[in-house]
Amino acid sequence: MTQPLPAGTVVRVKLDWPELRGPVHIRTPHYLRGRRGTVVRYLGEFPNPEDIAFNRPPDLLPLYHVSFEPHTLWPSGVSGDEVLVEIYGSWLQLEGA
Amino acid sequence: MTMHDDPAQPVLTTDVSVRAHHDMGGISKYICEPIDTKPHALDAFDREVDALRQLLSAKGLMTVDELRRGIEAIPEGTYHRLTYYQRWMRSITATLLRKGVIAEADLLAVLQPPA
Repeated sequence: MTQPLPAGTVVRVKLDWPELRGPVHIRTPHYLRGRRGTVVRYLGEFPNPEDIAFNRPPDLLPLYHVSFEPHTLWPSGVSGDEVLVEIYGSWLQLEGA
Repeated sequence: MTMHDDPAQPVLTTDVSVRAHHDMGGISKYICEPIDTKPHALDAFDREVDALRQLLSAKGLMTVDELRRGIEAIPEGTYHRLTYYQRWMRSITATLLRKGVIAEADLLAVLQPPA
């Protein structure tokens, strides 16, 4: 991902559970795995906390504000509310790609 | 483990048994249970732990990310029993022992009650 994803890009958070593969430090909340969202803004590049947490040399990763529709996350989610979460680009897939 | 891939079909996220115990955002129990959002007064222990963490960071001995990883590694039962800054202290201690910044014998000697 050389160019940052522009605002409005529809993405899907990877349906992945690194927790099952050993000790990890993950900044992507469980309730977003596999969920569809929309990029709101690119926040810049940051060293990957998944590496820093284990004292490994970190990759630089793009970080985004991604917006999700609450009713797609929870049965009681209210349409019109907004769930806005910071997510690293390594967790995002282009929807439909 | 079952997961719905269709975002139009929400599932109760508590059904996901692989969620790490500290990853508590969005779980359904908080629909029923009030969340304590009041500010808590800091006691001397809390302030000392916070100061220690800042010093360790300034000296390049430990990052905030390592602190968080160490907190998340606390076993579930203990995690929920400890206060916020007690979790920090557990993580700091485990990290410094693992990195060899402090030795277990020295730590035990300090913790030994005076004879």
